[in-house]
Amino acid sequence: MDDEVLLEKLLVGDQDAFRALVSRYHSSLVRVARYHVDSDAAAEDVAQDTWVAVLRGVHKFEGRSSFKTWLFKILVNRSRTAGSRDRKQVPVDTAFAEPTVEQSRFDAGGAWTDPPTPLDDLVSAHLDDALVVRAIRDAVRELPEPQQAVVTLRDVEGLSTYEVSALLGLTEGNVRVILHRGRAKVRAALEGVARGGLP
Amino acid sequence: MSVLTRDVTCREAVELVTDYLEGSLSTRERRRFEHHLARCDGCEGYLAQVRAVVAATGAVGPEDLDPATLQGLVALFEQYKGDS
Ligand SMILES: [Zn+2]
Repeated sequence: MDDEVLLEKLLVGDQDAFRALVSRYHSSLVRVARYHVDSDAAAEDVAQDTWVAVLRGVHKFEGRSSFKTWLFKILVNRSRTAGSRDRKQVPVDTAFAEPTVEQSRFDAGGAWTDPPTPLDDLVSAHLDDALVVRAIRDAVRELPEPQQAVVTLRDVEGLSTYEVSALLGLTEGNVRVILHRGRAKVRAALEGVARGGLP
Repeated sequence: MSVLTRDVTCREAVELVTDYLEGSLSTRERRRFEHHLARCDGCEGYLAQVRAVVAATGAVGPEDLDPATLQGLVALFEQYKGDS
């Protein structure tokens, strides 16, 4: 069911609609909150506060942005007022980027010696497979900040790079650099599954 | 061939994939990247991998919520409903 349909139901106090929205977004909210506050418990609190703000404000939601964008904006505002640490601009070194693919896979001239294993079959035919789902979610969960927040917003939730940059207070260029590093790790994890073979 | 027009290596090409997908390479960089891709199965495969990973990450979605957390939030909802 669409977010917008669930919102309509939420407006009339439908508990199932609330359950559905919470099930859909709460873990991502906690992930992104964790970027702004300095403990898991504080992140959980901020995510909870966000739902309270949603319940209070749902009748004022005008649908000018998507519900998802509105929701994450509330989260970021709550994080900032929740007495979170002063988030220093994360230094993102764009000039010297560490390689994102194991260097042993290239020869001295920089050409592949151990080329990529195709993943199309894995993700098209086995996306319901618990092992594949687990591999992706674990890989995202194990990303360091700010990669985790960026990959969650951009790839898990599908927000635009512009939206992610606004939510996290990063330049779009930095979002792309961080995204590049985060995605590379998820890619490596999935390739590991493909090479190990599915049970 | 000058430095500016030399082909990128595979090692360099893999680091351009995100900017390529995001449409943020300069015209010249994009041309060099595509020129390499057209002749390199490995890098074409790498780009396909990253595309597959992005699609799969979105399709799989966030972690499942544990039942205790869900119950706590539903309780919050009921309490809020009671208050309003
Ligand atoms: Zn190549």
